[in-house]
Amino acid sequence: MRKRSLIPLLYILFLLLPIYWLIAMSFKTTGEILSGFSLFPQTWTFDNYRTIFTDPTWYWGYFNSITYVALNTVISLAVALPAAYAFSRYRFLGDKHLFFWLLTNRMAPAAVFALPFFQLYSAVGLFDTHIAVALAHTLFNVPLAVWILEGFMSSVPKELDETAYVDGYSFPRFFTRIFLPTIKAGVGVAAFFCFMFSWVELLLAKTLTAVAAKPIAATMTKTASSAGYELGLLAAAGTLTIIPGAIVIWFVRNHIAKGFALGRV
Amino acid sequence: MKKQNQKAWFFVLPVLLLVAFNALIPMMTVVNYSVQETFGNNLFFWEGLGWFEKLLRSERFHAALGRQFMFTGMILAIEVPLGVIIALSMPRSGFWVPVCLVLMALPMLIPWNVVGAMWNIFTLPDIGLLGYLMNHVLGIDYNMTQDPFAAWATIIVMDVWHWTSLVVLLSYAGLVSIPEAYYQAARIDGASNWSVFRHIQLPKMKQVLTIAILLRFMDSFNIYTEPFVLTGGGPGNATTLLSIDLVKIALGQFDLGPAAAMSLIYFVITLFVSWLFYTLMTKDDE
Repeated sequence: MRKRSLIPLLYILFLLLPIYWLIAMSFKTTGEILSGFSLFPQTWTFDNYRTIFTDPTWYWGYFNSITYVALNTVISLAVALPAAYAFSRYRFLGDKHLFFWLLTNRMAPAAVFALPFFQLYSAVGLFDTHIAVALAHTLFNVPLAVWILEGFMSSVPKELDETAYVDGYSFPRFFTRIFLPTIKAGVGVAAFFCFMFSWVELLLAKTLTAVAAKPIAATMTKTASSAGYELGLLAAAGTLTIIPGAIVIWFVRNHIAKGFALGRV
Repeated sequence: MKKQNQKAWFFVLPVLLLVAFNALIPMMTVVNYSVQETFGNNLFFWEGLGWFEKLLRSERFHAALGRQFMFTGMILAIEVPLGVIIALSMPRSGFWVPVCLVLMALPMLIPWNVVGAMWNIFTLPDIGLLGYLMNHVLGIDYNMTQDPFAAWATIIVMDVWHWTSLVVLLSYAGLVSIPEAYYQAARIDGASNWSVFRHIQLPKMKQVLTIAILLRFMDSFNIYTEPFVLTGGGPGNATTLLSIDLVKIALGQFDLGPAAAMSLIYFVITLFVSWLFYTLMTKDDE
């Protein structure tokens, strides 16, 4: 048993090495980074972080990213919940085709949509707004949310619905008072996945924004090329992008495995 | 048996409108461009299927498609067995399980260009941890920006780092759903580790592994940001995968026609796989 747990341990070590390197770099001065190899920062500096927290072009990047990610999560869940309920409980004309068509959007390459999205959102006057990115990300998040929620909902027996109707519950009351609390783990997991995929995506977010809603990840690429090559600053900005994900994942830690299986274990 | 109810369409309507706006309109734009030639100034000329013919004969497209299949094939061949092995060796319960799961999921929550930038810093020849180890401790000549082999090895290792956890988490979810009684019965029968794996664990993991393989197939087939940030498609065109080439043509050169034709062919390939996926997934439900 002892020898066996060595494998996950080594794997986690492998996962943490590049992350450690990123964090170590963020505490080094640019001079130290470029002068040669050092495993630990020789002179600790917080200047990189200070720059990010005092320069509006940096910290607004974080606000922008978090704003559109939050908007996206709310929109995705709001439309996905009723749809997932319909798919899990009823048969209707064209249901299978519709479900498949939704899935194809999860599978479409983002690169295909970059240019048409730019034109579409410019045409409706939403270019460079948070809502544009949030709506664009629903392309792959809504199908995913429907899929996960449908999996969780289908594991709830239909007798629950029927008993509630017999007890005189109306549909909206049943849905919000009884059904949602029953599948709250599923809702949490779906929200987590919407957050995750919207947070990590950059191609569409970058294409749809210029200044006002520019995501932090795009600020990073721009600074990397314009302000010389400030590796320390880049590393600090990168380190800060890991934190929101790490916080969110802790909340769903007991359900992530099931979530990745789209509720179908 | 589910109830037949056409009113269910009202539940689906919001999703339908949203996805139609996001998917149908852009798709029609792409179809429109793919059959026309433009010289700017919003002047368009009918081109018919010319772009498709040229593209299907173009060596550049063949090369990018070939690299794409090679990349996807290699990461599947590594990540799936590795993920299953790690999941099998995880403890089934205990204090450390959630900690392990959270740590393993961490790479998946890092923005994709940060992943690329992180690996860039990590592999710099003289000042990155990996680059330093390879060049100065192991004595292997390693420079990703000049050597195509090193560039390939790096994007593969980066993807293994980034996504193997997906396979681990899925396989693990399948494994913990096996009742303890199955293992007890196997022990009484004196089954070997291999036959426990072959006859108890593998069948239970079948469905989640299907999800894992196909999710990995699609996401690696559409991959853009991480290799683009890490290698920029280079050295030369060595790591120019399909999406990187597409964005180069569409947003770099603004060749709308060829880019649109390429998008459609790309999309048809993914669509075919999606269909395969869906058929496999729903076969067991019936």
